[in-house]
Amino acid sequence: MTDHKPLLDPALLGAEVVEPVSTVASGPLLEAVDIRKRYGRNEVLRGVSFGVERGDVKAVLGPSGSGKSTLLRCLALLEPIDSGQVRLEGRTVGVRSSGRAARLPERELAHQRRDIGMVFQRFNLFPHLTALGNVMLGLTEVRGRSKAEAAQVAGDMLERVGLGARVRFYPSELSGGQQQRVAIARALVMNPKVMLFDEPTSALDPELVGEVLAVMEELAREGMTMVVVTHEIGFAKRVASRVIMMDEGEIVEDGTPTEFFGSPRHERTRRFLEAVH
Amino acid sequence: MNFDPTVFWQALTSDTFRQGAITAIALTVVAQLTAVVIGLVLAVMRGSGNRLLRGISWTYVWIFRAIPTLVQLLFVWNALPQLFPSLVESWFSPFLAAWLALSINEGAYMAEIVRSGLLAIDEGQQLAARALGMTPLSVFRRVVLPQVIRVIIPPTANEFITMLKITSLASAISLQELLTYTQQSISITFRFAEYYAAAAIYYLVIVSVFMAFQAWLERRFLWSSQRGGGERRFVTALRGMGAR
Repeated sequence: MTDHKPLLDPALLGAEVVEPVSTVASGPLLEAVDIRKRYGRNEVLRGVSFGVERGDVKAVLGPSGSGKSTLLRCLALLEPIDSGQVRLEGRTVGVRSSGRAARLPERELAHQRRDIGMVFQRFNLFPHLTALGNVMLGLTEVRGRSKAEAAQVAGDMLERVGLGARVRFYPSELSGGQQQRVAIARALVMNPKVMLFDEPTSALDPELVGEVLAVMEELAREGMTMVVVTHEIGFAKRVASRVIMMDEGEIVEDGTPTEFFGSPRHERTRRFLEAVH
Repeated sequence: MNFDPTVFWQALTSDTFRQGAITAIALTVVAQLTAVVIGLVLAVMRGSGNRLLRGISWTYVWIFRAIPTLVQLLFVWNALPQLFPSLVESWFSPFLAAWLALSINEGAYMAEIVRSGLLAIDEGQQLAARALGMTPLSVFRRVVLPQVIRVIIPPTANEFITMLKITSLASAISLQELLTYTQQSISITFRFAEYYAAAAIYYLVIVSVFMAFQAWLERRFLWSSQRGGGERRFVTALRGMGAR
């Protein structure tokens, strides 16, 4: 990227980013505890557990249909889980805190989702809004910022992802790589505690993958906590602090990139890595 | 050919015809707009998780699409005041009765149009909006609705034009609209061709204005940074209309 401004700037994003040290719980920032999920007879997640430390980048690999995307949607509180827990900063989210674990009503879930940023494979930008409008929407609708203030913050964020000259363009007028960078800016501007990426480069032409990965690498360098479902082995090797292998709804391997790619313990991981190389 | 241009011109420029046209336009606009609101509510009910709401919506569409519009019009005007004597009052005018009957009837059709619009929206749109932390109402207003509007403009414009023509049914309940005046004039003068032609011209002009408005609205929902300024936009819209 050409600009040198950091993607994460507390002053720009507003005061809520500054957390008193006392509330920072020890232990993982985001934690999945024995998550199970089935669609009808199809058991998509069969007891998935893992933690993501603050500032960690967790890459999730695995064949298609292994439950990676579903896992991410469950972590983003977009899909109800059948059993298990999602914990953010040690607090169980998505369900009532007292009594039986009933799912929260959509309004209250919405409130909890503000702390979790999500980037989708097919961008899912709002076609009726400009790049600026897309990034502004969460600020005005969710964070309650004024339009002028939101435009300022959103414009700055778009500049940081290298799209300062494209703020007035509609999604249909942007390349896939540009659209995905707008989508990252849209999530980032909400100042989330963790960012979830669902195969963010899978829908891109090969020559556009680099610009999106560059933004994500920058983000990782600045200390953002990230969970990235990806097929980009190179990215996982370079950027991830830990790599997970999922197959048939289970985590079959969880290690540092050196362990994971150097000496995978599990046979399924070995076969997968041979297939994608 | 026995066509008297003077009679035709007199009819075209007469106050009664203008009055009739204004009544027809007014009835079309209020009835159709009411129907759009009814359709929106019904379509949302139809898509809800609540079985009762879904059932009510389905039943509404079933009943009011099945019964002929003229029957519904006559029912509201003749039968309702008999059932509810308070409607015998003078404020229950033919215009009000026609508004009520036509919007209830049209609401059933609009419900299906809005439903098709809702089905056309990619589910990823709601997902992305929810992921931002937007509440259900906010997701609907800011993300779903603008996209639905774009999809339903062409079929709704169709319905507008159909509604204009259906308002002539209201002559059956003594509403003084364009066709009523035409019939009255003919019954006095027995000049069929001239008066029908004048009425036809009125309908043509009104529909043309509707079409220009539709073209302008469609351009507003183009979602392109290349969209020009206001005036140029309207001119291009008119040109676009001619090209169709």
